[in-house]
Amino acid sequence: MIKEMTCVACPLGCQLTVELNDKNEVLSVTGNTCKRGEQYAHDECTNPVRMLTTTIKVNGGSLPVIPVKTSAPIPKGKMFDCMKVINSEVVDAPIKMGEVLISNICDTGVDIVATNEM
Amino acid sequence: MLKYDLVVIGGGPAGMAAALKAKECGVDKILILERASSLGGILEQCIHTGFGLHHFGEELSGPEYAYRFIKQVEETDIEVKVDTMVTDILTGNIVVATNNKEGMLEIHATAIILAMGCRERPRGALDIPGSRASGIMTAGTAQKYVNIYGYMPGKKIVILGSGDIGLIMARRMTLEGAKVETVCELMPYSGGLTRNIVQCLDDMGIPLRLSCTVIKTHGIERLEGVTIADVDENRRPIPGTEQYIECDTLMLSVGLIPENELTRNAGVMIDPITNGAIVDENRQTNRPGIFACGNVLQVHDLVDYVTQESYTAGEGAAKYIKSKNKNKRTKYVSVRPEGGVRYVVPQNINCDTSEDVKLYFRVKDVYRGGKITVTSGDKVIYSKKKPKLAPGEMEYVIVKAEDIRALDKKEIIVKVEV
Ligand SMILES: Cc1cc2nc3c(=O)[nH]c(=O)nc-3n(C[C@H](O)[C@H](O)[C@H](O)COP(=O)(O)OP(=O)(O)OC[C@H]3O[C@@H](n4cnc5c(N)ncnc54)[C@H](O)[C@@H]3O)c2cc1C
Ligand code: SF4
Repeated sequence: MIKEMTCVACPLGCQLTVELNDKNEVLSVTGNTCKRGEQYAHDECTNPVRMLTTTIKVNGGSLPVIPVKTSAPIPKGKMFDCMKVINSEVVDAPIKMGEVLISNICDTGVDIVATNEM
Repeated sequence: MLKYDLVVIGGGPAGMAAALKAKECGVDKILILERASSLGGILEQCIHTGFGLHHFGEELSGPEYAYRFIKQVEETDIEVKVDTMVTDILTGNIVVATNNKEGMLEIHATAIILAMGCRERPRGALDIPGSRASGIMTAGTAQKYVNIYGYMPGKKIVILGSGDIGLIMARRMTLEGAKVETVCELMPYSGGLTRNIVQCLDDMGIPLRLSCTVIKTHGIERLEGVTIADVDENRRPIPGTEQYIECDTLMLSVGLIPENELTRNAGVMIDPITNGAIVDENRQTNRPGIFACGNVLQVHDLVDYVTQESYTAGEGAAKYIKSKNKNKRTKYVSVRPEGGVRYVVPQNINCDTSEDVKLYFRVKDVYRGGKITVTSGDKVIYSKKKPKLAPGEMEYVIVKAEDIRALDKKEIIVKVEV
């Protein structure tokens, strides 16, 4: 299988062409200008991860929501599952910067932490 | 009348960094005036990560980046007045401001730093025919609704313009369960960062249509849909390419404009391209003692550069405050963009500068394999190959102080050679 993607490891944004076998293993990467592009293609094809940022509802705060992020990148495929969990929660003010609001979300081993105080 | 050595107008990242630097340089009485109810500026609503990679070496969200500066300000004796709007700057560097508690204030400042940021280009600037249905808003307004007030402005969305705020909002709305039908971009390339195109659009399966615009909005009370069409190389809609898309929300992400009403009224000269003040390497304007930095000076895509520039302005203001002869004017070397370069900041450099100068610029088009040169007459003072240059990414070059001091011709030119 052939996959097209844009490398975002630097602003150059090379167009990569990745050749994969049936087991989703990378056979070749072309179009990259430097080695980092190859690494990027491998990561993106085998285990793409993303930081998730969103808000969570607050009880008794000065505003109805507080911004949060994942404490580390999570698998890209789990973003919407995590959103469901986050949107079903309500946390109580006061909240400190960096406070863990949901731990080990969707068994990722990653926490949801506050990115502001309220 | 209140008296301060330095008054900073705007308490976003630019204003805070400038005030902190001035304090570090030994300025005594500093006041920050902010019209919102807290410091932080627009960063408070930019909850995604990607801030601070250059400055802190880690990826922070907007509020986290702002928080670090707010804490630093709190640790100093810099005074802050929030909920205070500056309405005028009079001759003699008198700042006029109002707030509910104190009413009208007149503040005398030895130096003033303008750090009012920018605002988004509104719908009126675009001229799309259609009714005044609700559901049409700038991407930044939508960002505020969702991220600060926890309120979803719509379910089926079309975004016009592929600026970074629009891209970020495309992902944000999708994560919250809305359907973003498409992002239309008038130009043949996106004005946003590549990383945002990949992680906000490609990741979410949202199509980006280049050379395409919204030509009509439909709906009376509430937006019901938009008609989009492809455009030719003169950006005119091509007949026969019209397509109707049903949607309840149209978000505009068609550029930012520095907020310079105050600046103009104060008699500061404005660069017609940046829409910000014309400044020298210390970020001083043509009005002695008035400085500018951050998005009010030029629209930045990275807040890290805003911080850097504001440190420069803070240091410049400190030097000015301490100087004995404040009216002393040295001669300038003027800096001009040419060819593929759209603008350069600063526009002037003092002939006798003792420090190397960073020239920030943007290009007009996407160039691959071009070369950036800085020349004066026949003399080349800087030249470097760049694999890629794009209008969406601000670039800079550093010119050496000794090269500037050695110039015969009082003009330097920055251009792209392809
Ligand atoms: C909607 C929006 C979203 C953005 N998203 C991003 C992003 O995701 N990533 C990124 O890197 N950059 C983003 N930017 C750019 C961002 O503005 C800059 O990175 C940075 O915040 C600029 O800092 P600043 O201090 O110059 O301006 P601002 O943060 O805008 O701060 C200016 C401050 O001045 C105050 N002010 C203005 N006029 C007056 C007055 N007359 N009296 C008193 N106070 C006044 C304002 O209330 C505001 O707090 C965004 C910009 C906008 C408009
Ligand atoms: S392949 Fe290398 S040069 Fe190209 S975008 Fe990726 S990191 Fe940058």
